[in-house]
Amino acid sequence: MSNEVQQNLMAISDEIMVEMRSVNKWYGEFHVLKDINITVRRGERIVLCGPSGSGKSTTIRCINRLEEHQTGDIIVAGTPLTNDLKNIEVIRREVGMVFQHFNLFPHLTVLENCCLAPVWVRKMPKKEAEEIAMNYLKRVKIPDQALKYPGQLSGGQQQRVAIARSLCMNPEVMLFDEPTSALDPEMIKEVLDTMIELAEDGMTMLCVTHEMGFAKTVANRVVFMDGGQIIEENCPHEFFNNPQSERTQLFLSQILQH
Amino acid sequence: MPSKKKDLAKGRTAFWNDPEKRSMLYQIIMLVILIICGAYIISNTLHNLDSRGIKTGFDFLWSEAGFGINQSLIEYDESHSYGRTFFVGLLNTILVASLGILLATILGFTIGIARLSNNWLIAKISAVYIETFRNIPLLLQIFFWYFAVLRPLPRPKQSIELFDVFFLNNRGLAMPAPNILEGFGWVLLVFALSLIVVIGVKRWAKNRQDTTGKGFPIISVSLAIMLGLPALTYLFVGSPIDWEVPTLRGFNYRGGITVIPELLALLLALSVYTAAFIAEIVRSGILSINKGQTEASFALGLSRPKMLKLVIIPQAMRVIIPPLTSQFLNLVKNSSLATAIGYPDLVSVFAGTTLNQTGQAIEVIAMTMAVYLTLSLLISLFMNWYNKRIALVER
Repeated sequence: MSNEVQQNLMAISDEIMVEMRSVNKWYGEFHVLKDINITVRRGERIVLCGPSGSGKSTTIRCINRLEEHQTGDIIVAGTPLTNDLKNIEVIRREVGMVFQHFNLFPHLTVLENCCLAPVWVRKMPKKEAEEIAMNYLKRVKIPDQALKYPGQLSGGQQQRVAIARSLCMNPEVMLFDEPTSALDPEMIKEVLDTMIELAEDGMTMLCVTHEMGFAKTVANRVVFMDGGQIIEENCPHEFFNNPQSERTQLFLSQILQH
Repeated sequence: MPSKKKDLAKGRTAFWNDPEKRSMLYQIIMLVILIICGAYIISNTLHNLDSRGIKTGFDFLWSEAGFGINQSLIEYDESHSYGRTFFVGLLNTILVASLGILLATILGFTIGIARLSNNWLIAKISAVYIETFRNIPLLLQIFFWYFAVLRPLPRPKQSIELFDVFFLNNRGLAMPAPNILEGFGWVLLVFALSLIVVIGVKRWAKNRQDTTGKGFPIISVSLAIMLGLPALTYLFVGSPIDWEVPTLRGFNYRGGITVIPELLALLLALSVYTAAFIAEIVRSGILSINKGQTEASFALGLSRPKMLKLVIIPQAMRVIIPPLTSQFLNLVKNSSLATAIGYPDLVSVFAGTTLNQTGQAIEVIAMTMAVYLTLSLLISLFMNWYNKRIALVER
């Protein structure tokens, strides 16, 4: 499985998609992000892991300004993330995000969920948006649920709709914020499979996840965070077999015990 | 003992142990008691009325009222019947209640959304508005608008003038009245036609949005068609409306329409008071929507107004509608406080003057209560229908 997936994964270009340079963030007095530096090239797949409260979700939520950083630079697909609303809009259009709790719109059907942003943000004709949405729903293997409401679907199906909804905006980068943490064990696989397929298509991905198997097979790099700092950053093979810092070793021994 | 065991084994239940039959029995007993009480009250009342020589029945509705009413939407003077005072009062109640519901809803939604604004000043002003107006008794607010704001206005001779056609003074707000002349039918006809055109344009615009994705300024174009075409026709057929501007004659303005200060005061008080409650309902409805919905909308690139319009408000509505219905009902019922400042609503005219003059307390009060009950039930029915229509589909 591992080799097969790695072979299918496309080459990484030199083009930098996301760059975070010495990013710092405080919640009041609390220093949540300490000097974060991450560079993601087009087609790269980064997995962020670490204990809860280590700042990994906050890090990726800074990329599309769901959280505001106080110092440092973030540049996404060539656009600097500043307080300029225009820039924020451009970046949000190019960055898709999948949440732990799906956050589908419960008053809209699956198809309407997928078409909302293309129609209202990209000003796409409704017909065209629907065609694209149906294509992505086919890719996540639930085209027959298109006219149902989110409340009528299982958790795994909802998360796949959420992935399709993000893809409909044709984003350059996808952010995953613990996409499988709210799912039953048997549904985790269907969502991970979808994410693996996405990786095979060359999507640039930043994933916060506790799925170490996913990290091993798909990631180019694993970033380990603790206490708001990046402790270690390495390729999966080195990261799992030869962790450098003591904190990483402790974390891996706890997480890989079962 | 042995026989009881046998019964249980056969599954036979004594009827007083069968929950269905038992509850049926209780209901029958309850109903009988209610009927006996009701019959006693009615026969007792009839007997008492009879022994005091009070005539019952609705014949009084056809006799001459003999008192004037200072605002009427239908033709009315002293020579009309008591029955007509009922309709005058009813229409006045419906007038102030429907205007009040409209104003309170617009004001309430605006202030409710404003209170959630990121703009500190706007949010604080809304908060102060809400906390002020919902914590002062409504009756006091009606008195405030009537005695402290509208009554101290200057006399008609020193009226506050607006564009030389509106005159605000202590007798109310005088404004021009339209007198319809020959040829106005054409304007109405063109207006009806322009409505059809607007519906066509709307369809076309939606179709274009669906097929090409291009938006269309539908609201401004519709307004232009709906107002522009009739306006052109109006000029073309030679201005068939004669605006009767009120003029000062003697001690007051004559001609035109005069909105009496009682209506203004009651309308202001009801709308401003109810809007404070509606604002809180709207705010709680919006806050009840999970923060994840906002985040998902932002992550997809929706702007704040679009997020509110497409994602938050549609979901908040199902939380807002039931308490909003209660506020509408409250407003309708609170409009009966009109009596306090002499606005001629149903309670003031019919359950007030008419009742005093005829002494037909039971009939008058019963009719008045029936009106409020009917109005309230109609509003409830409509709102429940609307709420069902926007309900979320769960599994």
